[in-house]
Amino acid sequence: MSDQEGTGAASTPPERIVIGIAFGNSNSSIAFTSKEGKAEVIANEDGDRQIPSMLSYVQGEEYHGTQAKTHLVRNSKNTIAYFRDFLGQDFKSIDPTPCHASAHPIEHESTVAFSIQESAEEGTHVPITVSEITTRHLRRLASSASDFLGKSVNAAVITVPTDFSEKQRDALISAAQVAGIDILQIIHEPIATVLAYDARPESKVLDKVVVVADFGGTRSDVAIIASRGGMYTILATAHDYSLGGANLDQALIDYFAKEFTKKHKTDPRENTRSLAKLKLEAEATKKALSLGASGSFSVESLADGIDYNSTVNRTRYELLAGKVFSGFTRLVEGAIQKAGLDVLDVDEVILSGGASHTPKIACILQSVFPEKASILAPSTSATAINPSELAARGAAIQANLIQEFDKEDIEQSTHPVVTATPHLAYAIGVVAISSDEKHGIFKPLMEAETAVPVRRSAQIATPKEGGDVLIRICEGLREIKAHKPEPKPKVNGNKPGNASDGDGEDSGVSDDDEEEIRQIVWKAGRVLAEAAIRGVKKGGKVEVGVNVGEDLSLSITAREVGGKGGVRGVVGRPKAAENGSA
Amino acid sequence: MASTQVILPLPILPEGWTGEKDFRPFSSISTATSRNIEPVGPHFLAHARRKRHQRTFSEDDRIQAQEKVKKVEDDDAGEISEPEDPMLLSRDAKDWKGQDHYAVLGLSKYRYKATEDQIKRAHRKKVLKHHPDKKAAAGSTEDDSFFKCIQKATEILLDPVKRRQFDSVDEAADVDPPSKKETQKGNFYKLWRPVFAAEARFSKIQPVPILGDDKSTKEEVEDFYNFWYNFDSWRSFEYQDEDVPDDNENRDQKRYVERKNNAARKKKKTEDTARLRRLVDDALALDERIKKFRQQERAHKDRRRLEKEAEAKKAAEDAVRAKEEEARARAEAEERAKAEKAEGKKAKDAAKNAVKKNKRVLKGAVKDSNYFCGAGDASASVIDSVLSDVELVISKVDNEELAALAGKLNGKKDAKEVKSVYAEEVKRLQGEGKLKAGDGKTLLD
Ligand SMILES: Nc1ncnc2c1ncn2[C@@H]1O[C@H](COP(=O)(O)OP(=O)(O)O)[C@@H](O)[C@H]1O
Repeated sequence: MSDQEGTGAASTPPERIVIGIAFGNSNSSIAFTSKEGKAEVIANEDGDRQIPSMLSYVQGEEYHGTQAKTHLVRNSKNTIAYFRDFLGQDFKSIDPTPCHASAHPIEHESTVAFSIQESAEEGTHVPITVSEITTRHLRRLASSASDFLGKSVNAAVITVPTDFSEKQRDALISAAQVAGIDILQIIHEPIATVLAYDARPESKVLDKVVVVADFGGTRSDVAIIASRGGMYTILATAHDYSLGGANLDQALIDYFAKEFTKKHKTDPRENTRSLAKLKLEAEATKKALSLGASGSFSVESLADGIDYNSTVNRTRYELLAGKVFSGFTRLVEGAIQKAGLDVLDVDEVILSGGASHTPKIACILQSVFPEKASILAPSTSATAINPSELAARGAAIQANLIQEFDKEDIEQSTHPVVTATPHLAYAIGVVAISSDEKHGIFKPLMEAETAVPVRRSAQIATPKEGGDVLIRICEGLREIKAHKPEPKPKVNGNKPGNASDGDGEDSGVSDDDEEEIRQIVWKAGRVLAEAAIRGVKKGGKVEVGVNVGEDLSLSITAREVGGKGGVRGVVGRPKAAENGSA
Repeated sequence: MASTQVILPLPILPEGWTGEKDFRPFSSISTATSRNIEPVGPHFLAHARRKRHQRTFSEDDRIQAQEKVKKVEDDDAGEISEPEDPMLLSRDAKDWKGQDHYAVLGLSKYRYKATEDQIKRAHRKKVLKHHPDKKAAAGSTEDDSFFKCIQKATEILLDPVKRRQFDSVDEAADVDPPSKKETQKGNFYKLWRPVFAAEARFSKIQPVPILGDDKSTKEEVEDFYNFWYNFDSWRSFEYQDEDVPDDNENRDQKRYVERKNNAARKKKKTEDTARLRRLVDDALALDERIKKFRQQERAHKDRRRLEKEAEAKKAAEDAVRAKEEEARARAEAEERAKAEKAEGKKAKDAAKNAVKKNKRVLKGAVKDSNYFCGAGDASASVIDSVLSDVELVISKVDNEELAALAGKLNGKKDAKEVKSVYAEEVKRLQGEGKLKAGDGKTLLD
């Protein structure tokens, strides 16, 4: 920015050219929003839309992305990979495991660095800090975007995982600043992901519970999100820092290595370079298996100068990777549990991250969730968005929304004073009548975990003959009802000596229980208010509006649709809210 | 958002419902949870605009707003931190079977209760501290033994099958049952609750019914003990297997060890089942509620018995009374029937007599008329034919007609008169077709 100053154009700041960046541990993506308002992911010079977050130094040359990745075989010590999570961290709080096959992190001054031979001369190792490497990576990304757009990119919205600390964010902003990128906003990856879907013209604004399952290269993250009228609140998250696509690669590596060992009596995993080759090829095979029924695996001179060719079919692969798959599923289930929810509460499951291309993962998740939940992944939904592009697209959409705003404006809008908001503890709704429920059925108008202030309305039918009707507004309690078919009676009740003697082997006899049927039922809880609408005409409807204020005061309006007048009333805010106790 | 459509109808306004301007407030909304909305998307921007236009915040507001927010990301510091025992740190990873995996990860106080998420976070914390690459970078001697312990512990605890095998023999999670003496000092519930809570971890069926307290109903208590007497346990003992040699040479030895292991597992399982049964027996024997319910039941039974006896007595009395009643009714009926019968006979006899008498009158009339032979003697054949004609008439008339006829003839001695009465009757009978044209000639003029 500073070099433009003093050239006469100083009075007008340079035009803001803004992109969205998804900065991943394994891969990064860049995206922009077109004039038509469509988010598009940009391919770099190599034609990649998933650009490996890697840099490699060979003979004084810097390689980036896929080119750097290929250097993991011959030049692993001078190749920096999987560094994003180290940014803004102390050395003592980082997990170096993912870097085992590339440059190792070291402690340098108060931060993390990599010791790299940058110039062509041997033995001239210098520490490159993680901030510096981030700057270089972002600079390469911005330059690819600038090439594509034909304009110099100078600002961005960037995504980070939900567990990124304040310190990590600050480090990211500084690193970007050095690269000439003004970070307008840092947003959470799962939120960017939801936005990418919700911004599609065909999507409706609904109250829904969304699970974003982000299965990446070396880590996996799950977020449970309450989406209420287009606003998002994260209810719970779960992270696994040693589960991701790399574990799938490993299953294939082990399989082929064993096959190779059997034939040639040498284990290619014991040689660093052979292992690096195995890794690259296993990843390629894995990607092929996401599309086709089989994948070939061929490495030139894998070990002892022996070329190796083989194939694996998808069934075998899914068997090999079974444990990893169940790890993904359990992470999702754990997050739902942490949010205090049940799989039945979930309306949408978005699979994001590279490993989400794997059909089996979506397939397993489909069996975990109820039928009403849509599983948004390439193999389960024809309209799914490429899971590797979701975060970048979301970032580009947000970038487009805020690009005209002043920096200060953005800061104030994203400040906790604006974001910290009371959320309804219970759903609020109205009691309706059905033939099989004497006391009426609760129909939610606003769901629990909706941020206030909020306004909702509904048109409700009246009895056949019309007449005077009661509008009872209350809080609703959601319960999970499970009816299990009666368990088989056990013989001989409680006669001693008969429990389960000799049942030592798990014969599976007791496992043939029929599956229980579970469903959500609403129970009307605390009554908040009642209103009457009199003389509704035959076949008439009543429109009820519920409005919860920021202080949790409740106002209600009701009138016959097309009728005159109507009822309105107010219920004061709760007492406890006054002294601020939660 | 668009207006929702509710198809089920609103209830009818109850009779007598009133409200000021047809509105009645009842109660405020429940206290809300403070959370962060994500500052992303077009709807948030609208929200921010609304909110910021009425901003009145000081720095204090800012801090407080944030402090009240429910945390989504947990900081690892709090719950999972245990001092690392130097003995533990110097463990040899090869002896992983003897290792307390929970202690290695700093989860001693959670054990089988540790969630998968807690295990993962504990693992990460330990990795950050003990990763050999970091130790190497710090120039310390290459000793990754404890790191291997961490990896092994995590491998086992994150594998549901292996974790169960370890949890099956995790003695540190056991809670020994209190002695009889201890229990009898009172505090049954406090002493036994943790015992059952610990045993409950082995149940295939979850949740496990709770021990409850002295307010539990009989049903609850029965359910509780029934559950424990039918306990379906996943506990197994392969973790304590002797290592099976995995060289191919010694296959007999291998098979032998496997068999031995299997036998040992079975034996331990049987012993464990017996142990649990004894434990439940002990608890049952000490459970005051069982006695209470038995007493109640006895009292209840006694009451029932008394009630039953009273009922039986009343029933017997009722039966006797009913019988008497019935007998009396029957006697009365018999009496009545008899009377009726007698009455009927009298009437019949009277009718019979009347008939006889009338017949006599009829025959008498012809006799008195000297069989219509004037003053001379009537020959036997005349008498015979006249009488047989009279018989014929008698046989053709019913009792009433007979009576009427007798009435007309009674006291008449004049042969003419008598004959005209008879002639009239014969003609009538002939008219009705009861007599043929030639019949009763002797009675006609
Ligand atoms: N088509 C595909 N099928 C299966 N796995 C894939 C596919 N494409 C990418 N991956 C895997 O996804 C992982 C990278 O995911 P990504 O979301 O880019 O990672 P991160 O979030 O860690 O940056 C890698 O393990 C990669 O092999």
